[in-house]
Amino acid sequence: MATVMFRRQEEVTAPPQPKISTRNLNVYYGSFHAIKDVNLDILPNHITALIGPSGCGKSTFLRCLNRMNDLIEGARVEGSVTLDGEEVNSPRTDVVALRRRVGMVFQRPNPFPMSIYDNVAYGPRIHGIRRRSVLNEIVERSLRQAALWDEVKDKLRQSALALSGGQQQRLCIARVLAVEPEVLLMDEPASALDPTATFRIEELMQELKSRYTIVIVTHNMQQAARVSQFTGFFYKGELYEFGETAKIFTNPDRRETEDYIRGRFG
Amino acid sequence: MTVVRHAFDEELQLLQDELLAMGSYVEQMLDHAVQSLCNRDEELAKEIVRRDDVVDEMDVNIEMHCLRLLALQQPMARDLRLIGTVLKTITDLERIGDHSVDIAKAAIQLKDYPNIIQLVDVPLMKEKVCAMIRGGLDSFTKHDLEMAYDVCDMDNEVDKLYRRMRRAIIAAMQINPTNLEASTLMLLVIYYLERCADHAVNVAERVVFVETGVLRQLAASHSGTWTPEENGDNNSSEP
Repeated sequence: MATVMFRRQEEVTAPPQPKISTRNLNVYYGSFHAIKDVNLDILPNHITALIGPSGCGKSTFLRCLNRMNDLIEGARVEGSVTLDGEEVNSPRTDVVALRRRVGMVFQRPNPFPMSIYDNVAYGPRIHGIRRRSVLNEIVERSLRQAALWDEVKDKLRQSALALSGGQQQRLCIARVLAVEPEVLLMDEPASALDPTATFRIEELMQELKSRYTIVIVTHNMQQAARVSQFTGFFYKGELYEFGETAKIFTNPDRRETEDYIRGRFG
Repeated sequence: MTVVRHAFDEELQLLQDELLAMGSYVEQMLDHAVQSLCNRDEELAKEIVRRDDVVDEMDVNIEMHCLRLLALQQPMARDLRLIGTVLKTITDLERIGDHSVDIAKAAIQLKDYPNIIQLVDVPLMKEKVCAMIRGGLDSFTKHDLEMAYDVCDMDNEVDKLYRRMRRAIIAAMQINPTNLEASTLMLLVIYYLERCADHAVNVAERVVFVETGVLRQLAASHSGTWTPEENGDNNSSEP
């Protein structure tokens, strides 16, 4: 008897080795247990979306992947996060090097109050690159990858703060790409943008995924459905369900996931 | 967990009501079409032909309603399957309406051939097919999987009935080769009824899809297990 599930938008062939793995990951803010025993494998060169209601722990989880929780007072992380098999939470981990490999784009565009060029060149300079020709090449390549080059190539010395919100966000993505990361973490990268700018960011993500592993936290379920190949549903600090996006959005296994994506969540 | 989409839920309910109204309408059309044939009631047959416009209008209105909900509400999971199912099901119902019109047109041409109309028990076949259509729609509103599976099982009975009737008509044609055109029309009438049963099975399969998320061919005649023997294309004995 033939069984036909929803055809997937895109064939997903899962490479055997995850880029990032978490095992029994727990996060506490003081006595508040924010993340509970999360086990998750994130595949390279795919977009993984994390969805769930406010306070479910999805952003906290994202911050575990490049140890941004270290910066939050009272936060305590237990369990394992590995990047290419290496333990991220080890005291021997070079956190600066980790954050170069695992870059982050935030909800609100946060360009530095300096020129477009200097924003993009900031990271490479921190990492010791001084030669003008090399920096020029990095700035152009990064801005091209972020689909911003054509719009700013004639005004690289102008302040980044003069750009529109959508352009500022793409500049922030270019700034992350300039240090040649392997993983891009995106925390609600389009929630402060208008629809046109949002679609540009989503298009950009599709272009970037062949080179980078992308993890996006979003409140916009249609966005998660549009851009990602895998989706994880967080609820009350737990990873309730994880699977291929097409399956999650057409026929999820758990009632809580179903209620959330149907908008029946109180 | 609180329901927070009252307006959308009301729209979905309205959509289901519209589908049921269309289903009831075409079921009655089929019933009346067979009545017009058996009672040789030309006026009723002509009335059935006119009703086709009503079905087409329902089809268009429901499709537009579905597209509006898809565009404005961005349904997911069960809601998405439900709307997808309504979109598919209106096509099946519209075809049942078309076949009813075909039977009504045949009734007009066959009104002077009572002997040929009475060759086979068309009302019996119609009763079974209408029960399947009702069963498909009821299983949809009651979320009743068992009822949906029953509809698929009933299709086997209709198929057997169809094959038996077809052989009876062909045998009569061989014995008395006059009125071949009228006999051929009767063959078409039972074929239309058999097709209506298949559309009812499609509806039941969609009910299973809405409830489980799995889309399956449930009736044997739909599932690729069909053999030429089942079509009566050889000289095998009665199934």
